[in-house]
Amino acid sequence: MAVDAPPTKSGPAKSGMSKRQRGRVIRGTQYAVLIAVLAALAVLADWGRLQEAFFNLDVAAGLFPDVITVALVNTVVYTALGFGFGLGLALILALMRMSSVGPYRWISGAYIEFFRGLPALLIFLSVGIGIPTAFPGFSLNRNITIMLSLGIVGSAYMAETIRAGIKAVPGGQIEAARSLGMSPARTMITVVIPQAFRIILPPLTNELILLTKDSSLAFVLGSTLDQQELTQFGRAALTNFRSMTPILVVGLCYLIIIIPLSVVQQRLERRFGGGADKGSSGHGSGT
Amino acid sequence: MNDVKIDISGLRKSFGSVEVLRDIDQQVTAGEVVCVIGPSGSGKSTFLRCVNLLEEPTAGKVVVDGIELTDPDTDIDAARRRLGMVFQQFNLFSHLSVLSNLTVAQRKVLGRGKAEAEAVARENLERVGLADKAAAMPAQLSGGQQQRVGIARALSMNPDVMLFDEPTSALDPELVGDVLAVMRGLADEGMTMLVVTHEMQFAREVADRVLFMDGGGIVEQGPPADVIGAPKEERTRSFLARVLNPTHTEAAPTE
Ligand SMILES: Nc1ncnc2c1ncn2[C@@H]1O[C@H](COP(=O)(O)OP(=O)(O)OP(=O)(O)O)[C@@H](O)[C@H]1O
Ligand SMILES: [Mg+2]
Repeated sequence: MAVDAPPTKSGPAKSGMSKRQRGRVIRGTQYAVLIAVLAALAVLADWGRLQEAFFNLDVAAGLFPDVITVALVNTVVYTALGFGFGLGLALILALMRMSSVGPYRWISGAYIEFFRGLPALLIFLSVGIGIPTAFPGFSLNRNITIMLSLGIVGSAYMAETIRAGIKAVPGGQIEAARSLGMSPARTMITVVIPQAFRIILPPLTNELILLTKDSSLAFVLGSTLDQQELTQFGRAALTNFRSMTPILVVGLCYLIIIIPLSVVQQRLERRFGGGADKGSSGHGSGT
Repeated sequence: MNDVKIDISGLRKSFGSVEVLRDIDQQVTAGEVVCVIGPSGSGKSTFLRCVNLLEEPTAGKVVVDGIELTDPDTDIDAARRRLGMVFQQFNLFSHLSVLSNLTVAQRKVLGRGKAEAEAVARENLERVGLADKAAAMPAQLSGGQQQRVGIARALSMNPDVMLFDEPTSALDPELVGDVLAVMRGLADEGMTMLVVTHEMQFAREVADRVLFMDGGGIVEQGPPADVIGAPKEERTRSFLARVLNPTHTEAAPTE
């Protein structure tokens, strides 16, 4: 393929085909294979059974309205709880990480390294089952358990994201705030954090999407019918209906949550367009 | 000296082992306009930033309105309210509208109510000729407009002294005039001003006194007619020759 440099001694390929001709043959073969596979599928597959297995309308209809009113709502609620708690915790961790007080930095650093390294499932198991088992009589409300577990998982990642965002705020913004008489804390709250969040909107949305999917881990806590989130709902329906349809429907429900998030993110990004600062048009100093 | 606003004595600043300011003594009286000129790297910005302690002096005293800013027990945030600062790169808060840029510190620092802060803000926008831009975001403004907002933002805190660090250096030439006009207006109203600038015409016409800095020290100072019109020091002369006639840079070693 890469014979286009100086004319090599071996000369044109032995087959007697030019490079272009050979390319055409290769492409033609690829199409032929694709068509053959599709044709074989069309002939050999049992479409009736496939449709029944993957998209049985009766089964799908039987999932409504609970799949929305219970499962989807629960997924959203669990995610919101975890994300809200995680974001707050992450902000505190990020500020601790940048503190001038050594121990704060160490604690935050250790927390981040520790929880970033653990599987989310392990955290659900320890908060939901480990702690109540180790301390009998001490029991957490199920929603609180989910909030803590998801929040702990998310906060370790988000803390690093927030810290990067805070560092990305131009120094001139801080100097302007200080020269107006704002204290360091006031500057942080009024100027730095709002701008940092604009900078980290994309990775933060990403984290929210990850948490939406991680909320499925709530299954390890066990649940009553009206506590089921999407994945668990799908799993239960699977055993009742013996069809792939519930999985397909539940999968679509996740997309119903996540695709709007991506759209909102793009909107916000476009709206805040300029991002950090456009006042750096050039360092026109000098003589 | 009558009514000293800024009193700087023995000011030194080093970055690591590099001495950027060496032993500067300066006094600025109320209503005085002092322009600081000098080659790039001579320490002009550092000098200005030491006045409101954006840069911590290595040694020396900075006293504004009788309050020693360099005293570790001074509430520096409170003291800075007396000193407005305008930056070369404008540094408007990019996430806030023009109006909020002008009200945020009034409200959070001075504790003014919303109505009062907005009234003050609109008054100052009027003063810089941008009354119609209150709702705009900084990114929607030209450089010259952003810089005038920067001035209005500083003025909204009712400072006693205004510090300008090359306020027109990042602007396209046709936008410089509007900003200088605003500064000239301020000077006429009797504002005490310390202005780092390369605009010799402005310094000549508006300054009461010009400081020429080189190598971290003040080499020559006096009325603009003397320092710019008839400089005594060789270094001042060669600097002015380069600035006033930039196409003839023959022998003069550039920084
Ligand atoms: N934060 C810093 N760390 C180290 N060196 C610095 C720092 N700030 C300034 N300097 C050095 O101090 C010297 C004076 O800088 P300063 O910015 O005060 O010069 P200037 O006269 O304002 O120049 P210009 O006209 O280019 O703005 C320069 O040599 C610069 O490299
Ligand atoms: Mg400078």
